[in-house]
Order: sequence, then structure tokens, then C-alpha cells
Amino acid sequence: MSYVKGLFCKECGREYPAEPLNVCDFCFGPLEVTYDYDAISSVVSRERIENGPRSMWRYHDFLPAEAENAIDINAGYTPLIKANNLARSLGLDELYLKNDAVNPSFSFKDRVVAVASTKAREFGFDTLACASTGNLAGSVAAHAARAGMRAFVFIPADLERGKILGAAVYGPTLVAVDGSYDDVNRLCSELSDSYNWAFVNINMRPYYAEGSKSLGFEVAEQLGWRAPDNCIVPGASGSLFTKIWKGLNEFSSAGLIGDVNTRMFICQAEGCAPIVTAHKAGDFAIRPVKPNTIAKSLAIGNPADGYFALRVLEATGGSGCAVPEEEVAEGIKDLAEMEGIFTEPAGGVVVASLKRLARSGQIKPWETTVAFITGNGYKTQEVVEDTVRPVLIKPTFAAFEEALSVRP
Amino acid sequence: MAKRRAKFTFPTDLITEPVIFDLGHKFQVVTNIRRADVREDVGWVILELEGEEEEIERGLDWVTSMGVRIDPVSGDVIES
Repeated sequence: MSYVKGLFCKECGREYPAEPLNVCDFCFGPLEVTYDYDAISSVVSRERIENGPRSMWRYHDFLPAEAENAIDINAGYTPLIKANNLARSLGLDELYLKNDAVNPSFSFKDRVVAVASTKAREFGFDTLACASTGNLAGSVAAHAARAGMRAFVFIPADLERGKILGAAVYGPTLVAVDGSYDDVNRLCSELSDSYNWAFVNINMRPYYAEGSKSLGFEVAEQLGWRAPDNCIVPGASGSLFTKIWKGLNEFSSAGLIGDVNTRMFICQAEGCAPIVTAHKAGDFAIRPVKPNTIAKSLAIGNPADGYFALRVLEATGGSGCAVPEEEVAEGIKDLAEMEGIFTEPAGGVVVASLKRLARSGQIKPWETTVAFITGNGYKTQEVVEDTVRPVLIKPTFAAFEEALSVRP
Repeated sequence: MAKRRAKFTFPTDLITEPVIFDLGHKFQVVTNIRRADVREDVGWVILELEGEEEEIERGLDWVTSMGVRIDPVSGDVIES
């Protein structure tokens, strides 16, 4: 069963029933799910979780949807890998990579869409919708296919065909909007007010966002029931960042792990870094920007949870890191060459940030550090295609030996 | 009558300008501020606009032409 009590406004505290709402009617602040934590604490245990399914639904007590009827494409329970080679290159002793690039639709979005789609069906919706340029579209379309629901995916008309194939294959209705990203934003906000559809990150957003907590839960369990000292997290809307921290704290409050002294670090590329910029300025007012970055999955110029991410930075003693665009592809290459993981640019931003944080001494060698890799590099091969240089030879034995000088 | 929720972000040079007052006078639009944070160098206002759909559109176009950024109140909804 679900332990949801309702929704509350993160700005003014007003309470609402658990309905498909995302904004407070009074102050237009964002809504968040509230739970009966006493009831959760009375039933949850490490053993109960360990005996659960090998997916994010093993944490269903802390999620706002019924696991028995979950729309499940097997999201979550992804590997936590000790990254010895990368650690050695940075002078760190205990570095882990949370590889969420291996989710069923190849990004962490499967976690949030799993919750949003399950909740949507509980509410009686027959249609899932989203505005997306990649990962979210694929995940929404895949979950809708699994559930037998309709899916509408809105994309900017000038989006490259390759970006939408990963969603189109699942058979959603793709709507190409002849306008800018801002136009698509505005249109979808208006449509969500008029159509009785579950827009996963608009009217379903309070439930959708909760799915990201499962990343925090998994890391704590996979570390042997403890919180890491440092989390290195990519920043787009800021939601993932705040929810990982929330997940760790919920585990602690329920007695599943000890105190959480984790420092949270948020990573963005310089071409779109409104959260890091505000943090560096010591400010809590986010100044929206026009994104201009190769890290497209982090290109949110007006981050919905930016303010709350800044609060987490302050509360945990963490910091923000904005990396130059040219370091993003380098980060992708480093991860691939040292750890055998091919990530999209968001992961490149994380690795580039990790290098800067380690070298500047902001994270210490003896601390347990977890870097979150949230999307798969096969979706964005163009970012590193210039680095591919095969050795061209004639089809002869001599040509091979001459070109490579491999014989000792 | 239609209603529209929006977030206006003001650049420094418009902080002292009565843009919302002018919006209500130049167009048949009722403005209703719900939340705001206005400082010396930047400011944002979250408000509801009520009026005929076309009049709201014309008003928002004018606000944009003044140099004010307009976003959905729930932040960017287009994600990768």
C-alpha cells in the first residue's frame, strides 16, 4: 500500500489532497507529496527491502504509487561500480559510479516516469504526455507502450531525427512544434490546463519527481546501508539533486541508515549554469538563461527546482561546479577509457566536475564519493565522433605490422 | 474570459519601470500578483492574468518586447 497523505505547497505550506496537481492555487508555488512517515517506519526494514524486487519498486513504501499495479519496465537497481582507475587518476581512495545509463530506456528518467505513469493510471488517465528532446520522450513512450496507454510527445520541429528515434520506436504520437523551446514550454503548459492528460512533469510533477529518491535509496543500500560523504550530481531542473538528498534523509529518519552528513555537489556546463551561478554569487534568486551547451539533457534555463537545489547546497555544505564546454567531451572519454562506461554529455559534465572538485581539494581522498551517471552515450554519439580515428591499412599482414608495430 | 499564470523576470534596467501597471492599462487584462522577489539588480513576479485570450496574448507580447522574460510558473517543462 501507499503511505501518501497528500500534497503540500513548498512555498506557503498549504495542504492539498493527493490529486493531479502541481501548483498551489494560492501562491502558485510547487507542490510536494507528504507521507505518513510513522506508518512507513513501523513496516519498513532492511530485510523487507532486500526481499523486494530487483528494481526501484523494492522501495515502494517510500514512493507515492501502488507497487502492486506498477507500470514496470524494470527501472532501477542499476549497478554501483567502484571506479578504481578513475579514482587513481584523481588521487581518490573510494570513488563509486552510479550507472543509471543502463536503465531500460537508457536514462534515469525511467525512475520518474515509472512513478508518474503508475500514478496516472491510478488517477484514471488513459494518456501520458511530455515535452522532450530525448530521454524523457523515450521513457514516456516506453511506459505508455507497456501500459497500453496513449502517449503524446511534443518536440521542437527542428530537432534532429536521430534524437527522436529512441522515442518514436515505441509508437507514441509525436507532435513537432514549429517554434522555439520557449514556445514548446508555453504550449505544453497551456495544453496541460485544457486536456485531461497526464503530463508527466507538469500535472503529475509532484509524483514524478519522487521517483528520483530511489537513486538515493539504492546508493545507500549498495554501499552497505550508509550514506556517502559526497554526491556528485548533474543539474538540470534541480529536482534529481534535491530528491537524492531527500531519499538519503528518509532512509535515515526511518532508521535504515545512520546520520546523513553527505555533501551534495551539483554539476552544470558553463553554457547553461543558472543554479551554479546563483550559488557562486551567494544568491537564492535564479536568473533564467538561454541555454547554449552541448549537454542538451542539462539545458534547462529556468530550472523549476533551482531555488530548492540552492537550499540543499547550503544545508549540506556542498557546492556547485560549472565546467567549460570543451571539458564535457573530455569527461565522456575519460569515463569510457578508464571505466568502460559510455555516457551522454551530462555524465561528461559530472566527470569533468569530479576532476575539478578532487584537484581543488573540495572532496578528500579518504571520503566515500558517488558520482551519478544518468544517461547513455549511445544516444549522443555525435558529441565524441571527432575522436574516432581508426588505423587504416591495406589488407595485408605486412601493412598491419608496419602500421601498428605491435610485435615485440 | 481566460486566465493565464506566468512568471516575469525583470532585467536590472526595468526594475524601476511600472511594467505590470502599464500592462493593465494598455490592455484589457487584470493582473493579480501572487508571489514576487524584487531586488536592486534583478526581480521576478509570479502573477495571474485574466482577460480575453487574444488580449492576454497581445499583452504578453508587449511585455516581452519591453525586455521582460516570460516563463511558465512551473519552470521549463521541456526536458531532454
